[in-house]
Order: sequence, then C-alpha cells, then structure tokens
Amino acid sequence: MTEVIFFIAALGAIAGAIGVVALRNPFYSVLALVCHLLALAALFLGLQAQFVAAAQVVVYAGAVMVLYVFVVSYIGGAEQVIRSPGPGLRVTAAVFVGVLFVELSIAMLGSGLKAIDTDGPGLPADYGQPEQIGELLLTKFLLPFEVASFLLLIAAVGAVVLARRRRGLDPEPPADALTAGDLVRRPAPGTMAEGVGTRSILTEQDEADQAAGRTPIGKGGW
Amino acid sequence: MAIGWYLVVSALIFCVGAAGVLLRRNPLVILLCLELMLNAGNLALIAFARMSGTGDGQIFAIIVMVVAACEVTIGLGIIVAMFRRRLPIDVDELRELQG
Repeated sequence: MTEVIFFIAALGAIAGAIGVVALRNPFYSVLALVCHLLALAALFLGLQAQFVAAAQVVVYAGAVMVLYVFVVSYIGGAEQVIRSPGPGLRVTAAVFVGVLFVELSIAMLGSGLKAIDTDGPGLPADYGQPEQIGELLLTKFLLPFEVASFLLLIAAVGAVVLARRRRGLDPEPPADALTAGDLVRRPAPGTMAEGVGTRSILTEQDEADQAAGRTPIGKGGW
Repeated sequence: MAIGWYLVVSALIFCVGAAGVLLRRNPLVILLCLELMLNAGNLALIAFARMSGTGDGQIFAIIVMVVAACEVTIGLGIIVAMFRRRLPIDVDELRELQG
C-alpha cells in the first residue's frame, strides 16, 4: 500500500515539476507547482515526517504560493515569447541536466551507504512529531531558529522598502507655529532619497524618457 | 519503500528545476524553478533524516522552507518593482540591477 502511495505521489511531483517548466502561461506554472508541493507533502508523510508535511501544505502551498498567485495576477499576461530559446541553449541545457542527473544518482546510490536499500532503522516513538521538532528547535538548534526569525524580519523590511512609492508625499501644509524642530529640520519631506539629497522627483522630461525606453539620467534607483 | 527511491525522485526534481532555470526567460517562472530545486533538497534532507533516525534533517528542512519564503518575498518584490517601472519582464533584457 505504501508503494502505491509512493508511486502516485512521486509521479504527481515529477509531473508538477515538468509542468512548471513546460507550461507557457506563468499562472499555469504556479498551479503546477501547487500540485507538486501537495505531492511532495504526501512523500514526506511516507518518510514519517508528519510535522514537515503539514508545514509544507500550510506554509509553502498555503502562503508562499498564494503570494505567487497575487504577483502573477498583478503582472499578468502569458509569456511574451518573441523568440524561444534557440536550439543551442536547448541542447546545452538537456546535456547539462542529463549529466547532472546521472552524477547525482551515482553520488547517492553508489555512495556505499548500506541503509539506502532499506526502509530505514526503527524510529523512536516521537520521531517527526511536533514535540520532537519543538524540543530540537529550542535546545539543539536554537541559534538557527533565532537567525531564521531575524532573516524573516529582514525580508519583511526589504519587501516594504521595495514596495513603497518613489515620489514624495503631498507637501505639508504650512505650520502655524514655528517649533525648534522646524529650525533644524531639512525642508525635504517624502522619501528617503529626497531626504539624503539626491533628486528623485521625476519631471515631465523624465516621464517622456521613460516612455521612450531611456532611463532618466541620475534618477535611477530610488 | 526504500530510501534510495526517494533520493532518485529528489535528484530528478532537482534536474527538472535546473533545466527550467536555464530555459525560461520569465523571472517569475525562474523563481518557481528555484522553488523546485529547494523542494528537491528538502526531500533529500527528509529522506536522510529518516535514514539516520534523528530529527535534525527535518529541522534543516524547516529552516530551508523559511529561507525559501524570504527569498520569494524579495524576488517577487523586485519583479513587482520592475513591472511598476515598466521595464520588460525578461531576464535577457534586464542585465543590470540599477536604474
């Protein structure tokens, strides 16, 4: 029975992977990846990794893929294939990938590990359970856990910085009273680039430049 | 099911992802193929954790999932920023990150 589930899940995972690469519409590629992730969660269940399988479905297929769906819906459009990859690139990619697969298989199956051909050793009762995962995360792997949370914070800050507007906000209404802060503050509200002194407000000439495909001089970045 | 089968599936998924990164020009699809490669690594990690009997590989796989989520966030942010500046969404056209 486990063999049947393994083969169905493995075929689903490989079919999803080929679908991601081969489908022209990027939205269909995202859906193929969702199917691939669900099949991979079934494979994880076969390896007694229950918590990781649940995390895969909830976090990966449930959150990261939804983010992809949002972005693909925003960007939209099928792949504008003006020219598909030429035959040189196709042949190179096929040869490279074939050689890579052969090399990985030799490295894994020919490594002399005796347990590759077995189902694995007998497992403790709490293998893969949330209790063991939690205990490991808080005792043996505390530093990677904290560094990972720090990395998430960095990614969130980076996403906010990437998504904010470039131009300044509306000019502030004139204040009735003059405070000490007004005397020392530089008269540049708005974005960080204006605050540090580089000119990044686009003029009409810059808009015309952008529409014609040239980047405005000195106005690059933020 | 023997562990070797899971490792071969992992190698196959990794190679399909690598082919996708080489052949596709849409940066969104290239990010999806990177996700494929990361998932193949996760499968190999879980398989080896099963083989060793400890939970360390599973913790590693969870951290890999966290790293993949962060990378997807920033990658999609860059793509959305490119789209808002009306640059072509094509890795062959975009060779510099500035401007």
